Amino acid sequence: MSERDSRLPEPVSNAHDRLKALPQWQYDLLLIVGVVLATYGGFAVLGLLGGVGINSIVGFFRTVTFYAAVYALVVLALNLHWGYTGLFNIGVAGFMAVGVYTMAFLTAAPDATPAGLGLPIPIGIVGGMIAAGLVGLVAALPALRVRADYFAIVTLGLSEIIRLALLSGSLRSIEVGDTVYGTGGGSGIQYPPVDTIIPWLLERPVIGELGELLFEVGAAVGIQRSVILGGLYTAVLIAFVGLFYLFLSRIANSPYGRVLKAIREDELAAKSLGKNTDRAKIVAFVVGCSLMGLAGMLWMGSRSFVSPDSFMPIITFYIFVALIVGGAGSNTGSVIGGFAFAAFLWEGPRFVRSILNANLNLRSPPTIYDAFVELGSGDLTPLVGYLVGSLDELRFVLVGVVLILLMLWRPEGLLGHRKEIAAATDLSRRPSTPDRVAASDGGEPDE
Amino acid sequence: MSDADSSPTTADSAAGTDSGRRSVDDPILEVEGVVKQFGGITAVDGATFEIERGSITGLIGPNGAGKSTTFNCITGVYEPDEGSVVFDGTDITGRTPNRVATAGLVRTFQIAREFPEMTVLENMMLAPKNQLGESMWRSVAPGTRGAVVEEEERLRERAWEVLEFFEIDHLAEEYAGTLSGGQRKLLELARALLTEPELLLLDEPMAGVNPSLERKLLEHIHELQEQGYTFLLVEHDMDVIMNHTEHVIVMHQGSVLAEGTPEAVKSDEEVIEAYLGGEV
Repeated sequence: MSERDSRLPEPVSNAHDRLKALPQWQYDLLLIVGVVLATYGGFAVLGLLGGVGINSIVGFFRTVTFYAAVYALVVLALNLHWGYTGLFNIGVAGFMAVGVYTMAFLTAAPDATPAGLGLPIPIGIVGGMIAAGLVGLVAALPALRVRADYFAIVTLGLSEIIRLALLSGSLRSIEVGDTVYGTGGGSGIQYPPVDTIIPWLLERPVIGELGELLFEVGAAVGIQRSVILGGLYTAVLIAFVGLFYLFLSRIANSPYGRVLKAIREDELAAKSLGKNTDRAKIVAFVVGCSLMGLAGMLWMGSRSFVSPDSFMPIITFYIFVALIVGGAGSNTGSVIGGFAFAAFLWEGPRFVRSILNANLNLRSPPTIYDAFVELGSGDLTPLVGYLVGSLDELRFVLVGVVLILLMLWRPEGLLGHRKEIAAATDLSRRPSTPDRVAASDGGEPDE
Repeated sequence: MSDADSSPTTADSAAGTDSGRRSVDDPILEVEGVVKQFGGITAVDGATFEIERGSITGLIGPNGAGKSTTFNCITGVYEPDEGSVVFDGTDITGRTPNRVATAGLVRTFQIAREFPEMTVLENMMLAPKNQLGESMWRSVAPGTRGAVVEEEERLRERAWEVLEFFEIDHLAEEYAGTLSGGQRKLLELARALLTEPELLLLDEPMAGVNPSLERKLLEHIHELQEQGYTFLLVEHDMDVIMNHTEHVIVMHQGSVLAEGTPEAVKSDEEVIEAYLGGEV
């Protein structure tokens, strides 16, 4: 942004310069949309050339969009902690668990086992956010007093305590009167999935009428009602990504965001300038945890039950990978990182597998040894077959390789190199007087 | 606190070796019998001195004399084990660094502590005290954001003015981490000024600064003194101390060994011995 402004005015000659002349948010929006469309276009061409049916391509896009959106949500929340404030929170999964379980408890049917309170989903979501924020507050008060590396251990420990407590037999069922509440242990809690909020919303006055209009338009074009319902939930997720982005960008472009950045850079120096860093850190941590809870609900909550297995520490690791890929400290980078993780590292390999399966008659030997033995006889396909067959495991290797390459070539991530100035106004624009006014600054005539 | 207020002329002999202890008409800072121990080591042992409002005072002493620890006790980085620190009539002993700074006592560090991955302008914009937008909700909520933006525009003008005063405005959009050591010192001082302090504590402001920048820095300090700021400098460069301060406090082994005008201190037997390592 600043680089653009300080450049000499030159005729806007090509499309790239014209793009660069846009306001930052428009440029970023175009960047995100461009990356998504280019990726989908690339996969579509690949799929069509590879002979994959149009239905499986669309299905792939739906899966990628869902994961991209939910990853973007959590990554944005983590960016507030790690990218902005420098709080090394490696307990992301735990805060998501608190959100989802609270919502499950609030919305589950009162006659189910374990029972819930049967409240409407929006109340469940608000409750889940409050609970995740409160757990964040409880964690923050002691944890922020310890040094950064110990803080990381505290958050990891807390996240595991939460998961193991949810798993434990002693909280499995708690009888209150005639009703049996509890966490359900390893089998979890059944509750109405969050995406049933779409039909629920469609029964409300204004939204319902808009929905009917949409269905009519859909019917005219020939799209089924169920497809629209599914698409609407994805649209809700994307809308939430937009809201998160707007909210966090406002924080980033504000004096408060500046204080957070200063805490990340040098907390004692920030304190020595009179900043109440403890309060700023606690607020940022609680808000971030609450957003993680919300993201967890929108993600895991679209299944009809929740169990502790969904909140293994590896989830936190994936979120960090996505943030590092996108560029810590950049909200736009966070969204792109979430998308890139979902599209290329997570769902992309499966897509490639379906192309290979459609074109090659692959059989998967039982072990890699067998694959190499057959390779010795000049046949390459068993090895390819083995690799494709064990793709779900090999994705972990892929994630590792990508991380290593990224650290070597671009440690700041895709967009981490950008100067994103933490201020509510454009600082680079000089006030009306371009020349130095010596008198107004206390008089400093010497050179 | 009140008794420190009412008796600026000290009769007590906590420091033991006050030679030439002066009476200060209008003290802005009164340090009284400050003690700080780390384990078995007493880093500061009853340091007692006062700083005259509007002066430039030098704090010198051999390595290990307790100068930096005294600084840290004054500014709240450490909590003194004993003694009191009174700033502008208010007892600030044991306050957290941010509360000391908001009271109007701002420090710089021996090794400049800029925020490296923030631009020079961002560094500057952070400094002004009590910004509206430091509250998260006020920065985010649509109804209150406007006031925050207006304040930012005002602060921006001020930040540019101060950058121009220090002649680092051409670096405004660089990351602070890319600045040279001397430029960082200038940035730190410029940033500290934006907090509108009354007293500036500068910890070795000339260390690592080239001679021409040093001259400039000293000119700035004198100019700011004329505008009413008070300075306390820790400095090793004797030329700076002798030529640019009005009053010198010499610390040795955690307490004040002597104080007075630069000339008086220079010829003080005890000071010479302390610097030459003799027994006191």
